[in-house]
Amino acid sequence: MMITVRKLIKRFGLKTVLRGMDFSVEPGEFVALLGPNGAGKTTFLRILSSLSRPTIGLVKIAGYSLPNQAAAVRRRLGVVSHLPLLYGDLTAEENLRFYARMYAVAHAENRITDVLEMVGLSSRRRDLVRTFSRGMQQRLAIGRAVLHDPEVMLFDEPHTGLDQDACLMLDTVLREVAARGRTVVMTSHDLARVADLASRFDILSRGVITASVQRSQMDPNNLLAFYRQAIAEA
Amino acid sequence: MEPIPQVEERVRLTSSASGAGQFIRSLTAIIWKDMAAELRSRELLSAMLVFALLVILIFNFALELDAQARATVTAGVLWVTFAFAGTLGLNRSMAMEKDRGCLDGLLLAPVDRSAIYFGKAIGNLIFMLIVEAIVLPVYSVLYSVNLFEPGLLLVIFLGSIGYVAVGTLLSSMAVQTRTRDVLLPILLFPLVIPVLIAAVKGSTGFLQGADVVDIRPWINLLLVYDVIFIAVAFMVFDYIVEE
Repeated sequence: MMITVRKLIKRFGLKTVLRGMDFSVEPGEFVALLGPNGAGKTTFLRILSSLSRPTIGLVKIAGYSLPNQAAAVRRRLGVVSHLPLLYGDLTAEENLRFYARMYAVAHAENRITDVLEMVGLSSRRRDLVRTFSRGMQQRLAIGRAVLHDPEVMLFDEPHTGLDQDACLMLDTVLREVAARGRTVVMTSHDLARVADLASRFDILSRGVITASVQRSQMDPNNLLAFYRQAIAEA
Repeated sequence: MEPIPQVEERVRLTSSASGAGQFIRSLTAIIWKDMAAELRSRELLSAMLVFALLVILIFNFALELDAQARATVTAGVLWVTFAFAGTLGLNRSMAMEKDRGCLDGLLLAPVDRSAIYFGKAIGNLIFMLIVEAIVLPVYSVLYSVNLFEPGLLLVIFLGSIGYVAVGTLLSSMAVQTRTRDVLLPILLFPLVIPVLIAAVKGSTGFLQGADVVDIRPWINLLLVYDVIFIAVAFMVFDYIVEE
């Protein structure tokens, strides 16, 4: 397994957000994690990305456990959230150069050129990020996340705030990431969009996975009905 | 279970991807990033400078001091100015990390988190020293006091290190809250009282030409405070920034 989670509980004070969650992902799988607001999707991704400590439970990524081997896990992770995690007063290539140094990427300049080309921002490489549209910032955020060629990609509602064209561009990049054999976990509210992207759909409700189905076992047009049923039964 | 090897070897990490080499690389990267961003925006330095200059100007008009009184109050006025301007800088420096989720970007990097602390702290220290380097000559002219005494500059340097060491740690805590602008001074000033007292006493000693033997305890206090709080920050920063 690339990701293994067992009996995961996360509490914030008296509030329990994740209630003994079990979750596993095979290498190369693209899992869409769906659920209503407050289900614990973002909390779960923050635990997977080592930004938050589990209260109780086992979390392993690529064989390394969290939180004890967090640095080894972070080296293998790329994270994209609805915030770009980029500095507005630096140019696109300066942002990538900074993260290349943080991730100790060798031959960084060549890699930065490749990544900017991949996300379609080569012509804007010397422009300040604060002059970018939301869609361009999100594309650069994906470039930042894939810069060190991670094995596992975590996407937390990456389509939030993007217009239709930017969403389509993002989908293309997501498909490319998945086609390279990367393991992807993505949270989303947009069922129609993830129906075409993911290879597996997990429904998270009230802090536990209540249903899971492979795309090969279901007509993607029935995803909404499957989702509603899983939420209703939770 | 054995760790799964890298899927693809196309993107290689440098030979010193962990250990001291990576610590230094990430620390210098953070300092470079803060300097480059500030060169473009000039938000942090200009706010600190304008505030500091206004404070010494207001004190100049408000106190109307004779020559003897000036030597007595100079250290106090200077350190009040540095402390308040420093708080502005600390708040802005961490707010820049929080605004677009950049703090998460830093925390996601596979580096020792103390490198993040030291990178931010050294960046903050550089900004504070730049402001002090501009404020001191202006103060000298306005108050007709000679401030270019090596001992005084040493005290200012040591005091700034202590202030920034604690301030960077607390600003990384305060930035997680909605009331970060208010919370930082409330948390910071009680903790830096020993630094401010030692710095004011040490500075006054040098300005009034006191014996070095009398000033040394204050310098020692500054040194001990700096070492202790840098060590404390090194140990607890990881826990402060993690949920």
